[in-house]
Amino acid sequence: MIFGIVNIILIGTTPLVFAAIGELVVEKSGVLNLGLEGMMLVGAVSAFVTLVLTDSYLAALIVSLISGLVMSGLFAFLVLYLMANQVATGLALTIFGIGISSMIGKKYVGTPIDGLSPYFLIIISFLVVIFIGYFFKKTKLGLIVKAVGESHHSAHSLGFNVIKIRFISILFGGAMSALAGFYFSICYAPMWQEGMIAGRGWIALALVVFATWKPERILLGAYIFGGVAIMQMNLQAFGVKFPGQFFNMMPYLVTILVLVIISGNKLRIKLSAPACLTLPFNKNQ
Amino acid sequence: MEKLIKLVPRGSSSQSMFILAPIFAIFLTLLTGSIIFFLMGYNPSNALKIFFISPISNAYGISELLVKATPLALIAMGLSFCFKNNIYNIGAEGQLTMGAIFGGGVGIYFYDISSVLILPGMIIAGVLGGALWAMIPALLKTKFNTNEILTSLMLAYIALLILDYLVVGPWRDPDGFNFPKTRPFGESGRMPILFQGLRIHFGLIITLILIAFSWFIYSKTIFGFQLKVSGFSPKAARFAGFNKNFLIFSAFAISGAFAGLAGVGEVSGPIGLIYRDISPNYGFTAIIVCFLGRLHPLGIIFASLVIALTYLGAEDAQLFLQIPAAVGFVFQGLVLFFLLGSDLLVNFKLRLNN
Amino acid sequence: MNPYLLEINNICKKYPGVIANNNVSFNIRDGKIHALLGENGAGKSTLVKILFGLVTSDSGNILLNREEIKFKNPSEAKATGVGMVFQHFSLFESLTVSENLILGLEENISFKKLKNRAIEISKKYDLTLDLDSPINNLSAGEKQSVEIVRALLQEPKILIMDEPTSVLTPNESDKLFAILKKLTNEGKTILYITHKLDEVIKNCDEVTIMRNGEVITTCSAEAETKETLAVKMLGYKVKSQVTDYKSVKNNILFQVKNLSKEYNDPFLTDIKNISFSLKEGEIFGIAGVAGNGQKELMELLTGENIDNIRGEVLFDNTNITNLPTKFRRELAIGFVPEDRLGHSAVPELSLSENILLSQFAGNKFSKIGILNFEEIETYTKNVISNFNVKTPNELISAKNLSGGNLQKFVIGREISSNPKLLIVYQPTWGVDTGAESFIRESLIKLSKEGTSLLIISQDLDELIEITHSVSVISKGKLSEPFETKNLNIEKLGIMMGGEID
Repeated sequence: MIFGIVNIILIGTTPLVFAAIGELVVEKSGVLNLGLEGMMLVGAVSAFVTLVLTDSYLAALIVSLISGLVMSGLFAFLVLYLMANQVATGLALTIFGIGISSMIGKKYVGTPIDGLSPYFLIIISFLVVIFIGYFFKKTKLGLIVKAVGESHHSAHSLGFNVIKIRFISILFGGAMSALAGFYFSICYAPMWQEGMIAGRGWIALALVVFATWKPERILLGAYIFGGVAIMQMNLQAFGVKFPGQFFNMMPYLVTILVLVIISGNKLRIKLSAPACLTLPFNKNQ
Repeated sequence: MEKLIKLVPRGSSSQSMFILAPIFAIFLTLLTGSIIFFLMGYNPSNALKIFFISPISNAYGISELLVKATPLALIAMGLSFCFKNNIYNIGAEGQLTMGAIFGGGVGIYFYDISSVLILPGMIIAGVLGGALWAMIPALLKTKFNTNEILTSLMLAYIALLILDYLVVGPWRDPDGFNFPKTRPFGESGRMPILFQGLRIHFGLIITLILIAFSWFIYSKTIFGFQLKVSGFSPKAARFAGFNKNFLIFSAFAISGAFAGLAGVGEVSGPIGLIYRDISPNYGFTAIIVCFLGRLHPLGIIFASLVIALTYLGAEDAQLFLQIPAAVGFVFQGLVLFFLLGSDLLVNFKLRLNN
Repeated sequence: MNPYLLEINNICKKYPGVIANNNVSFNIRDGKIHALLGENGAGKSTLVKILFGLVTSDSGNILLNREEIKFKNPSEAKATGVGMVFQHFSLFESLTVSENLILGLEENISFKKLKNRAIEISKKYDLTLDLDSPINNLSAGEKQSVEIVRALLQEPKILIMDEPTSVLTPNESDKLFAILKKLTNEGKTILYITHKLDEVIKNCDEVTIMRNGEVITTCSAEAETKETLAVKMLGYKVKSQVTDYKSVKNNILFQVKNLSKEYNDPFLTDIKNISFSLKEGEIFGIAGVAGNGQKELMELLTGENIDNIRGEVLFDNTNITNLPTKFRRELAIGFVPEDRLGHSAVPELSLSENILLSQFAGNKFSKIGILNFEEIETYTKNVISNFNVKTPNELISAKNLSGGNLQKFVIGREISSNPKLLIVYQPTWGVDTGAESFIRESLIKLSKEGTSLLIISQDLDELIEITHSVSVISKGKLSEPFETKNLNIEKLGIMMGGEID
């Protein structure tokens, strides 16, 4: 029975892990991308449609990743080069993603496919998290990303190319969100339905904060969030009259709590929130 | 690597670019939209016509346009108080929802009573609901210095979950065949219709009054001036002796109140009861309207009409071309992208590097 | 054998409106601690930025070991053997010491190698270093050690130190000099930027004195005393006083008693028991080199930052110590802070709108919360014409005005409100000469009309010209006041150079 629960949690929360670990890297470099929901949807639909058209999982994966790179690349261009407002641009990305994925997927709603086994990607998600953890703790490049997110002016005066580093981080985030979408429509559901990500993009955002920007905690947080959702479903199945919505609120409430706690300066530093988050970088200032 | 095109800062912001940029953005959006339609196998000019022209080709259509533009403009106007002060209230959707819950709650409670006091009561409750919900991120920001982007966003989702709980649980209509919706409000709980046979309602009048009122506050009062200064230079605001926390609370309270009013306007106006889909993302789309309208009353009115048209156009596109209604979001996203991109030209010039 | 490591020849650097370096020439001997001494605005930091590749000179050249160097960026400077320890550290707070060190290195070496080299250096020079500690846990002295080790890892020939003891305790300062001595014993050269006379006398071998962008002289530190250095540094003859002593009355209008505040921040100066008083009609100046507490004192007097304040501030027999800015203004006290754009004026707003930042008692700018634009416009136009503000009209944004004109506007705004006391910090900083004289005349005229003035300034010439009496602020303490017309320049220089009992 425990194995069953763990199984369900693992399968259900893997898309969160991918999207969150991607956004974690983006935020570590100092950028806030609110477009996760949109990127995940586009990743999901492009994977699905490619699979239907080519019958190749590999092609679906590649197309999905490319879609993530394109979406996040658009965001990066606007935010880094045109210095557009990060919050507004991220929102625009989500809204656009919801729309364009609907349009692309319209013809294929209800098309049956052979789903891929989720375990393959579950293992990949572990590997990615471990790699990113190693990346930030032990590599010079990881250090540079952290430095850029903490103080872009100091990083610049030390000779690092802030724009380039943020650009690559954003692209990585896009690829991960697309991968989350791929998993969703190819392994988890497996199907395409309009708006099927159903708000998980926002939960992934909350997850990054809940994990206080530490990769290992992404896994922990995802399983806690997933566990709460499972509890909610099971309680209802057992006829317990506690409203499910209040369980579903838990991730959001806890995230607010975490935000309040880390807003004091000393704790923030201990908990590694990037100081330059959302601040635009203008090298002429 | 030498750049071919260089961005050179302007001496002073270009006024003409400020107004041209949104128009430029709309034009680019139409162009990109046609390309997307073409790529998907639809005749672009036909599709654009169905999307943008046919929805407003008759009186009913124009009324529908106003029905959608009303909450957008109202929420955007409220948000402008926040954005001008560099406060990112992303949770307007939640404040709208709480306004609908509070106001609609009054409507449900008095569903079988007839009195002229009910609708004003609902409106007041709705305004309070939205304002109170917005006070939470304000409090967290002033007391704990918590970033309002994520807190207001999280609260929006919490509000939607509360709505879900209410319409599925305690507030569900006992005669409603188990659908997740409440009782309809009584006659007294409905916004009066402005014209026979059309859905446009009194909320439009309230919205226009509030927009004029906002413009007045912002440009003619000390309070509006304090908000302006605080948004531009917090240090100067401190020098002048303005109370920073008071301004933060006020900005949130006003935008929450406006969003709450939009919420109760929707449920007492076109909808008539409370259910899950009281708002097709108005709270988020209003952010686009706000930016597109340059945070200015006239701009916001114009932008709300444009964005409302994308909603209508999307519905018509679904009806006549079987394009999913979410295509409206594509246009909304595009117009914001192009606007944010062309915004750069307000403060910078393009120069070819020889 | 060439005794000089660096030969600086006729370096010139101009910025709009000011000549930062005007034919600067001097030589730095190999293996010596060479001091660069001067007040603020003397041109020291510009020169050093040129040396480190942050800025390029307009003309002139620099030779390092007889070879010309012209760096386009700090990386080139570091690679050629020029190292720099900034006054304001460029460290990453949430990263550890070793992580910060790695980031500062041009080459890619393994953590292990870096650790070994860093430990070697820290042992050699007695610099305490906890490699795994996050930066934010370190004291200012320890942070500086990290900066020094970071610079030393590049094996520089010359190490430039920019006002390093400004954040150190006396103990830490002594330790620093011991380290510098060790470095020179090994053949490294130190260029030491400071305004502290005692440090130059005690620890440096040679000194170059700059003033107003020019080199006054280069000499051996041993042959000098604090007094002789002070005269060279400030080097002026008693100017003809413009101010009129007759306007000073006998009654005391403004009194500060034992004002103190601790900030717990190495980059801020604690205010220690500052006391002074101002008579009606008197112009009182506070002189000092930047970074000695002027900004902090100003904020205590304006009411902008008064938590945990100790002591008393009395105006016209009213205790205003804990009164917020708005209320002080209503008592007819005017303020002109140092920064114009972003503090005393909002750059994006028009001049009329900027008038509203400083509302005095009884003003008619608004009624029941609604702005009275006519009144505001009239008032603004009066300020513009009475104070010679060159602008086409009152609707122009503040950021489009030149520094001098905006300052005239800001000062005019305060003066037009008929204050009884006007507190000004840096009245003519960044202002063209025409506006400079106009502003000084306006201030003197104001005192003749009965207003008391407190002027905090780093421009000693200006203070000598217009004040009745002057004190020196140093490390948060205030000296006794001196009557300006009988000023002892040596004593003044020594106080400004660091010593107040």
